[in-house]
Amino acid sequence: MALTAIAFYAFAAILLASAVMVISAKNPVHSVLFLILAFFNAAGLFVLIGAEFVAMILVIVYVGAVAVLFLFVVMMLDINFQELRHGFLQYLPIGGIVGLVLAVELVLLVGVRFSAPGAASQGVTPTPEAVTNTEALGRIMYTDYVYAFQASGLILLVAMIGAIVLTLRHRTGVRRQSISQQLDRKRGDVLAVRKVPSRGGV
Amino acid sequence: MEVGLAHYLTVAAILFTLGVFGIFLNRRNVIIILMSVELILLSVNINLVAFSVFMGDLVGQVFTMFILTVAAAEAAIGLAILVVYFRNRGSIAVEDINLMKG
Repeated sequence: MALTAIAFYAFAAILLASAVMVISAKNPVHSVLFLILAFFNAAGLFVLIGAEFVAMILVIVYVGAVAVLFLFVVMMLDINFQELRHGFLQYLPIGGIVGLVLAVELVLLVGVRFSAPGAASQGVTPTPEAVTNTEALGRIMYTDYVYAFQASGLILLVAMIGAIVLTLRHRTGVRRQSISQQLDRKRGDVLAVRKVPSRGGV
Repeated sequence: MEVGLAHYLTVAAILFTLGVFGIFLNRRNVIIILMSVELILLSVNINLVAFSVFMGDLVGQVFTMFILTVAAAEAAIGLAILVVYFRNRGSIAVEDINLMKG
């Protein structure tokens, strides 16, 4: 049990420290890398609590897709990030006050009792015994929540199409291959046989 | 000391606060703002999973999956908008985005 507590505190400390680095790092590339570290540690917290499937999905989706997407965009855009930082200290006091109030309120709420006694055993879908987390999740996700599951797939489709539509552009002044035009060429359009008189030239 | 629901909720609360603080702190840099939004969504996920496990109800983890989907879609669309904006204006400073103000 003590080992679990040590692991929890280590994961939580690294998670929060890397979150601080995400919002305060000077270089956005460092921010993205600390974001990856934060997601890894959140996945560690999930494994610790027994939600393995969500943890693995977190690593695959966030580290494998979202963070790499961020990294691509940060490196692709030619931006002077130093210039973007010069209002950094200007917003520090108001941000600090809002953040402090928010943190105190949220942490004060933690001490509240969240549910009536005995409510924990009356969940809609109680966690089944002797079944792995992945199997239990699959059993309810593909039965009770299949429409929501399909809808989330639709959301991803719309996001994909939207991203393509937004970033697709047709540049002018670029010579492209037009296969139909190439195939439509007749010999008569481009080739002429001339009778060249001797010593006369064309 | 046994790690319980309150510990996870505290971590999620601090993470949420850090995300909000990051939005305030990096008012000019859209990329960091998007990362802060990801942090906020992560803290919500931690809350859902913690409640799901300690209450013994699996629905929380199902909804975590849906939040994950929405977060991925949001990041993709946000970054696409960012790329288009940079292509048109040559900058990503948030303060320049006021063309619609009239």
